[in-house]
Amino acid sequence: MSASFDRLSQLCAKRYSVDASIIKPEGDVFETLKIDSFQAAELMSELEMEFDVEIPDYELQDIKTFGALAGAIDARL
Amino acid sequence: MIRWTLRDGTYELELGRDPCNEIGTTVLGELERFLDQVDTENASALIIHSTVRGGFSAGADLRELYNGFMDVPDKEQEPRLREFIDRIHSVMDRLDMLPLTTIGVVHGICFGGGFELALTCDILIAEKSARFAFPELRLGIVPGFGGIPRLRRDVSNAVVRDLLLTGRSINAKKAVTCGLVSQMVPVGAGLRAARNTAEQANKFDPESRRSCKAFMKPLPTEQLEEEKELFVRLALRPVLQAALKKFVESDDPRPYLP
Repeated sequence: MSASFDRLSQLCAKRYSVDASIIKPEGDVFETLKIDSFQAAELMSELEMEFDVEIPDYELQDIKTFGALAGAIDARL
Repeated sequence: MIRWTLRDGTYELELGRDPCNEIGTTVLGELERFLDQVDTENASALIIHSTVRGGFSAGADLRELYNGFMDVPDKEQEPRLREFIDRIHSVMDRLDMLPLTTIGVVHGICFGGGFELALTCDILIAEKSARFAFPELRLGIVPGFGGIPRLRRDVSNAVVRDLLLTGRSINAKKAVTCGLVSQMVPVGAGLRAARNTAEQANKFDPESRRSCKAFMKPLPTEQLEEEKELFVRLALRPVLQAALKKFVESDDPRPYLP
């Protein structure tokens, strides 16, 4: 997995107080973190600032897993 | 629910309607009630902030809009829509022109009509969690609460086009970069920063402060009227009703993301 995935999982684990080991590339972001749409928007802001990227919402609409999210971040680095 | 207090010359207007301060007739009525009683002689500043977790405001109350459409015969839809739009424009214009230094504190979601409300403020402070968007094109309409002329007043036309034509959301850092937001602060620090800003405004001579605002922030009256007409024309088409139906009946866990 990419370096982005490791940073992404660490950030999510810290932010949502979950064990980093439950964050897997194939895991669903919403289900794993138990977040709603409002928290997802906050998470996007955090990720954009952490990685210093801008990811338009329409590039994320079909993204469900952590692996795909890390891939979307990698594509913007 | 909207509540307000006046202390040391500063009004604090709290938006506290779950889930995320959707703007319908209830919120509109409460804003009117505030505007009817606001004492601009004995106050210098107004802070508008949200106490709900999700953010500043998710925008217009789409469920109310949908139900309003469903209950009204075709020939009555246009007058009813115009009545609502005129009423909301009146509230936004009154907020925009208040002879107070108005400070909006944004956290989380600030979308659509909520963004339009924020744009009436003189100064915007964004917490790092803030996201701004105009997702209206997804519904087949344009912003209709005066947001386009107000955004155009503050930022470049290229930024306005990007936000409108893609419906994408931007974070607080980007909002600072493009000149929309004055200060970006950590999560939870917005109200304190706003109070400090209000305290600064309170030091100035009232007449100078009011005159400066009136000079620097004219109401884009003609463009507001044009936006109203555009909105009504687009909103009366079946495209909006179909989009609202889809939204109301959707079980998508991400209804607020454009």
